[in-house]
Amino acid sequence: MSRVIHKFTSRIPTWRPYITPIDFDNATPAQREALKETPSNTKISDYVLVLAHDPESLRIRTSLFNGIMYDKGGLSRDERELGAVAASVVNRCIYCAAVHAHRYNNIVGDEKVMQDIFLRGKEADLEPRIRAILKFAMRLSECPPNVTDNDIQSLRDVGLEDQEIVDLTLSTTLFGWANRLMHTLGEPVSNL
Amino acid sequence: MTHVLEQAANVPTTGPLADALAVRHKLMDLTQASYEAALLPGDAGQVPIAIRAALACRMARICQQAGLAQHYADLLAGYGSDADPYQLAEPGNQPPASEKCLSAMVTYVDLVTQRPRDATKEDIQALSEAGIEESDIVRLAGLVAFVNYQLRVAAVLSVMGEAK
Repeated sequence: MSRVIHKFTSRIPTWRPYITPIDFDNATPAQREALKETPSNTKISDYVLVLAHDPESLRIRTSLFNGIMYDKGGLSRDERELGAVAASVVNRCIYCAAVHAHRYNNIVGDEKVMQDIFLRGKEADLEPRIRAILKFAMRLSECPPNVTDNDIQSLRDVGLEDQEIVDLTLSTTLFGWANRLMHTLGEPVSNL
Repeated sequence: MTHVLEQAANVPTTGPLADALAVRHKLMDLTQASYEAALLPGDAGQVPIAIRAALACRMARICQQAGLAQHYADLLAGYGSDADPYQLAEPGNQPPASEKCLSAMVTYVDLVTQRPRDATKEDIQALSEAGIEESDIVRLAGLVAFVNYQLRVAAVLSVMGEAK
């Protein structure tokens, strides 16, 4: 019997949907078209099969997701993952936080930053640039979102250019979107 | 193509912010396409476009995003004076209890906009029990999730655009 996970972890759990995933073999042409590209080009997951109930949105969303996380230039890959994790911590999406902490750890080759964020959130003891990015992304993810001139300035103070601020905004807010799907339409469970 | 988000955020047409967005033009085009899929879909299911506009306006007001609140109020007004009979575009307003589907939708919108961390399986069950089909639950969730993304991008761009 698998157990629901309530604590942040960088071990990727299984996602168990509350909504019945569509049956790929009986998918409509629009659904098949929407399933051609998958997030991060992984195999077709239950998550994607749940979202395929609305193929019109899914088709566009997957391209947008992959572009925001992987398109070249601007903010580094690891700092985009940091924005994703910050949103997922605020929204308490355990699954998204695990996947993107795992990716962050693989890119930087160290688990310390994520361990500290999961343990202490905004109070994590981090180097100034990482700390500024985390704080900005967490404030942006709250409701209502907190963004002032000072918030933007705090990013400039640690060296972020306009392009990087735009990219960080996109990766953070994309996860405000993903969390609201993943955390509300299903739950993370331990792997069997 | 005119994009709703950049227009609502009043993004300048020249300067470093405009340049940064030009680099990500493909992503801003996809953001606009996502707006159209969420607010003006070809197949709206049982979540009519007028209700989508009213709920989007409600979310924009909850998140205090004046530009998008105005955009969604205008979009809603374009559907006629009786498009939002219970004035759900205004946060706090509720449909009468007899409107089971609509009541359940509004409860979900408010929860997932304000406190997504508190959402549980019971909140999805409540939508099912109100008679909303699974495909429409996914449509509603997609609308709420997209608008919350759009609102936050607009929040940052409007602050960056105002600065000298």
